[in-house]
Amino acid sequence: MGLPPDDVVVAALRTGDEAMFVTLLDTWSRGMLRLARSYVSTNDSAEEVVQDTWLAVIGAIDGFEGRSSVKTWVYRILINTAKKRQLRESRTVPWSSAFERDGEQGLDGSRFHDADSPSPGQWKQFPAAWPAPEGEILASEARIQIAAALAELPVRQRAVITLRDVEGCTSEEVCEILDISQSNQRVLLHRARTAVRGRLEDYFDTVRRSA
Amino acid sequence: MKRFSCEVLVDVVTAYLDHELAEPDRDRFEDHLRACEGCARYVGQFRATVGALGELPPQETLSAPTRHRLLAAFRASRRTRS
Ligand SMILES: [Zn+2]
Repeated sequence: MGLPPDDVVVAALRTGDEAMFVTLLDTWSRGMLRLARSYVSTNDSAEEVVQDTWLAVIGAIDGFEGRSSVKTWVYRILINTAKKRQLRESRTVPWSSAFERDGEQGLDGSRFHDADSPSPGQWKQFPAAWPAPEGEILASEARIQIAAALAELPVRQRAVITLRDVEGCTSEEVCEILDISQSNQRVLLHRARTAVRGRLEDYFDTVRRSA
Repeated sequence: MKRFSCEVLVDVVTAYLDHELAEPDRDRFEDHLRACEGCARYVGQFRATVGALGELPPQETLSAPTRHRLLAAFRASRRTRS
């Protein structure tokens, strides 16, 4: 949706333009809530994180230096606020040690022939076909599966896939918001997508078997 | 470099979709897809998954009280400055 350029946004906020503040609030808060939910355990906590983020933005807008886009700046404040909140809740492993867990994911290697077989690294059995993408992948039950798969991801994978695929950020924005390298971003995104595809595969398998 | 195996291909799908594979690898990836039904299907499902993630119904937004509180805070902060 067409927000004006950043310098216009910042100038408007600094002069107390309420319409501009409301526009930002209504344009970004949904995505911010979804991202905050990666770090905290309840919707209420996520709402508090987003509220505290906006309060921090209000307090800091005069000092904004334009070294990143306004959106990236707001989202970085959100991440910091959410991480502090997460530490307090200690719901999951701390961010810094979450990487080990990330490292264990990926597509199950047992689906491919071993190195000493005649066809090493090839599918033992092709993935089963899915129903036509436009139809049933978007059906409500499949969406529930996707939401459940997201909720089970390690926090960094969840944050990356939420920003990239759900909210439509670029990889550059994601790296800047989460303060991670491009290659790290790609690995986390790939594992997260692999997990979500796997969840849908299991779901469609179940549907097929019970049909 | 030799041809991708299926096992290697499934590991680089995101790099491929993000146009981050260098050209020889990109060509090898596409050659493999044309020749391998299993991988073609897998990549199709991977793309469909990414597409479905982008079509998730919107999250609920901030509650009305929070929204009012934030607007009041914005108003108050500008008043104290000017
Ligand atoms: Zn293959």
